[in-house]
Amino acid sequence: MRTFAYLSADDVATAVQAISTEPGAKFLGGGTNLVDLMREGVEHPDTVIDITRLPLTGVEELPDGGVRIGALVRNSDLAGDRLIRGRYPMLSQALLTGASAQLRNMATVGGNVLQRTRCAYFYDGTAACNKREPGAGCDAIGGFNRNHAILGTSEDCIATHPSDMCVALAALDAVVEVESVRGKRRIPLVDFHLLPGGTPQVETALEADELITAVELPPSPLAATSRYRKVRDRASYAFALVSVAAALEVADGTVTGVRLALGGVAAKPWRAYEAERVLLGAPATEESFRLAAEAELAPAVGRSQNEFKIELAKRAVVATLRQLLTEGGAA
Amino acid sequence: MTQVQNPPKVDVPTRYVGRSIDRVDGVVKTTGQAEFTAEVPYPDITHAAMVHSTIARGRITAIDTAAASAVRGVIAVITHETAPPMKPPVPVNMVNMETLASGSTVNYLNTDEVFWNGQPVAVVVADTPYAAHEAAALVRVTYDELPSTLDFHAEVPNSVPQPSSMIMPVGADKGDAEAALAAAAVSVDLRFSTPMHHHNAIEPHATTASWDGDRLTVHDAAQAITWLQKHLAHKFSVPVEGIRVIAPFVGGGFGGKGMIWPGTILTVMAARVTGRPVRMVLTREAVYRTVGARTPSVQRVALGADADGHLTSLIHTSVTQTGNVGGMPEPVTSQSRYVYAADNILLKQDVVRLDQVSNTPMRAPGEAIGTYALEVAVDELAAKLGVDPIELRLRNEPKTDPLHGKKFSQRRLTEAYARGAEQFGWADRTPEPGSMRDGKWLVGMGVATAFFPQLQLGANVVVRLSVDGTVVVRSGFQEMGMGGATAQAQITADALGVPYESVRVEYGDTTMPIAPMAGGSTQTASVAASLLTACEKLKKSLLGLAKKSGSSPLTGRKLEDLTARDGGLFAGGVGETYAEILARAGRPSIDATVGSDTKLGQLAGNLRFMSKFMLDQRRWVKASSGAQFCEVRVDSETGEVRVSRWLGVFDVGTVVNAKMARSQLRGGIVMGIGMALSEETLVDPRTGRIMNPSLSEYHLPVHADIPRIDVEYLDDPDPTMPLGLRGIGEVGITGVAGAIANAVHHATGRRVRDLPITLDKLL
Repeated sequence: MRTFAYLSADDVATAVQAISTEPGAKFLGGGTNLVDLMREGVEHPDTVIDITRLPLTGVEELPDGGVRIGALVRNSDLAGDRLIRGRYPMLSQALLTGASAQLRNMATVGGNVLQRTRCAYFYDGTAACNKREPGAGCDAIGGFNRNHAILGTSEDCIATHPSDMCVALAALDAVVEVESVRGKRRIPLVDFHLLPGGTPQVETALEADELITAVELPPSPLAATSRYRKVRDRASYAFALVSVAAALEVADGTVTGVRLALGGVAAKPWRAYEAERVLLGAPATEESFRLAAEAELAPAVGRSQNEFKIELAKRAVVATLRQLLTEGGAA
Repeated sequence: MTQVQNPPKVDVPTRYVGRSIDRVDGVVKTTGQAEFTAEVPYPDITHAAMVHSTIARGRITAIDTAAASAVRGVIAVITHETAPPMKPPVPVNMVNMETLASGSTVNYLNTDEVFWNGQPVAVVVADTPYAAHEAAALVRVTYDELPSTLDFHAEVPNSVPQPSSMIMPVGADKGDAEAALAAAAVSVDLRFSTPMHHHNAIEPHATTASWDGDRLTVHDAAQAITWLQKHLAHKFSVPVEGIRVIAPFVGGGFGGKGMIWPGTILTVMAARVTGRPVRMVLTREAVYRTVGARTPSVQRVALGADADGHLTSLIHTSVTQTGNVGGMPEPVTSQSRYVYAADNILLKQDVVRLDQVSNTPMRAPGEAIGTYALEVAVDELAAKLGVDPIELRLRNEPKTDPLHGKKFSQRRLTEAYARGAEQFGWADRTPEPGSMRDGKWLVGMGVATAFFPQLQLGANVVVRLSVDGTVVVRSGFQEMGMGGATAQAQITADALGVPYESVRVEYGDTTMPIAPMAGGSTQTASVAASLLTACEKLKKSLLGLAKKSGSSPLTGRKLEDLTARDGGLFAGGVGETYAEILARAGRPSIDATVGSDTKLGQLAGNLRFMSKFMLDQRRWVKASSGAQFCEVRVDSETGEVRVSRWLGVFDVGTVVNAKMARSQLRGGIVMGIGMALSEETLVDPRTGRIMNPSLSEYHLPVHADIPRIDVEYLDDPDPTMPLGLRGIGEVGITGVAGAIANAVHHATGRRVRDLPITLDKLL
């Protein structure tokens, strides 16, 4: 790890002021990803601005029935929050399947939104990676890519977005609130992360001087019946090969409401709009679920080692929807 | 080398051996008082970090250390241009096992050549570990790359026969196995592969070194302190006697700390260069880059049987990997020499040499992966024959060694299977694949045979009994979590008839009598043999001392008529305590010594070891074995495999400490579950670079992956071994991956012949 300057801020205004004058600075929340990347030499900020003392740790109910989550709420606290467990069980479950208990106790909501891919070639400074060094090439395409994305990739980058939490947030129509010296703005989570295209180094809509202050969840009666299913190589402490965040509402055998997002398969948390379109108004049957999954995965592109994810994703979608239909959501 | 003892024929009443006694170092470990290598306090300590090559093969054309040297706190940046000369490692000679000590043949920082991706090319010393790591990242190296051979699977067709040795025989050819296979009524002919695996001991490799003139003190996370002491004396051209290696606590090794790797050598060198004590604690990545791992393998197992399932042919061949700069090929077909009574047997082991870090032994080096292929093949044959897989094994249970007709010193595999089947509920298994289901889960049950050969090495010991009744055992063996000191204290207490609490065992220091490394499942029996002999000598001396006084109640008694109990020697109610004998003689203590650490003593010990080894080899096959039972659940849609139940029934001779033995066998099973389902080191064949050098990306099993594991043992003494005990360190992992693969087949109907069994192979 290289030497860096350390600042700390007690309020949001000071934090965003500090970063506006320190272009090479990074905010430090839980540090579970940033510190790792600094140790590996992937990130090398000149200055680290510690924001853990900012008053952004509340989970509050909004007048419209939605919930506002402070950017510094720890992942484990959010997972255990009664409002979240009752109204958005898929979010609580997604958080609990992420990382390890130790990491969840440290990691913040804002940091989770901003976590970077676990592609081995991104982490290894000797490898070619367009995300780390634009124009260098992509060693993952001809290398170890079993964990890589099948949706939303480009010939410049096939990295997977690693977050579980963000998959649930994508399904829940979450909005990210950010702030800078220029003021506040609100970015829908589904627009927050960008597809790699020809610029895989540009990962989010966040400007370099902006701070995530909160994530807001709109009210969603549908979300009370929801689940998060994560398929992975070991029972805990592994990134998703495929994950599914799903909410389902059925009336008289017909799908009247559905929210669906996929993790582990795409360059960003993947809201499955196409599958939702197929399902809405369709009979709530195994066949509809399968057709919806097929439609969503139609544009998927497999690489040398991750072709299996296409079928696995379809099966995981069907299994999760079936479970919602037969067993309902999980509390 | 050291003194090898035949087990003394003594009738030792067991009061402590066999019991579940808490380990002697339990409290200091759980309370953090145990001092590991990285924690030994030294005033004036400095810290080192390595710079690793980023190419696989080539020469360094330039090395720029300016930026690194400028980092605040940096004391030295040592490269091949500035390093002091060291002697190259001595060539390997199987008669002198110490020559195996060097992990590779590279003379680190004494050459501009690069032999593997990750080889150390510089070492930085600084006043903090942070400064050392920061500076190491700033060293700029320019290379002239040379062609390299990196892709194991691509090189398999170019493999060459593995050299054979007396210690490790390679290959066997009994009858005409190929012809018998072709003529067999039922046969299978299968190809398997296993990937590279890393040891991942919880304590990373670490060294603390301090020179005083030509005298050197080294604390090292080592499995073999005597090897290390001699190797360092050779490398740095200083007298062996001036080097002290200390390693009382080692946080796991599994073979990865048996050889000597560059981190240790470079720490000692850095201390020499800077004149300061130096500590290097490897990062997890540095362990992956500079310490060898378990070889990948490609194996063929072909079995032919008559219609009754009697094996007419057994063929097992393997190709494994070593480095172009060292590494020992592994005995992948070792178990296939002994496990089944086949009429015709063909065994062959080939190797490919790559420009990668040398391979090194990892828990049951050949047998862990060899039993996987063999036991899956047996299961496949059973399915083809329509015979229960346990029944097929029993039909082919040999009465004598299948290759040479030697006797087994003890073999109770049949009973292990019978007991296991009963306890596990094997009879409830419906044979048809996919026939057992629990909701979305496909349930499968599988078995496999565990097998690991037994060796006994030499050990020197000194036992001192003091007038206050305390006993000190000194022997330079190693403890890396297995419980060696606890076991030897139990054995001593029984042999002398003293309370367990009065025995203290000192170990892990080269100032103590020379004893074997912790490896090959040999240590407990090897030390016990010498210890029992020493205890007999001690009692004899005490009896002599008693008789000399003229007034002892033991006057006129022979040792064989006396029982050692209550801290003394007694015949019926007559006798006296050791303390009384010593007090009357005016002696503060009395010693008994087995073996000699002098050069001549070591030579004699070496000769004794070889002669006993060869005599044993001629007379017996000795091995620990067992029956592994498992139940798996496979998600019918996603293919996720979860192990839901485990039972291992082991035939390991006498069990010294039931609690520690269960724990060690369980540990082997856990490691086997990882090997079966998730562990795989990813070496990029384009660069020879390990791409998952971390515990987050190399998937060891986590707690949630491990079910309740029941371990049973037959606890029957092996008549040819000291106290009847055999090794348990490695047998636990053998057979595990085979049992899981067989259970997965039973659950799903799918055979996975390439480890690990990840869900993509089951979709």
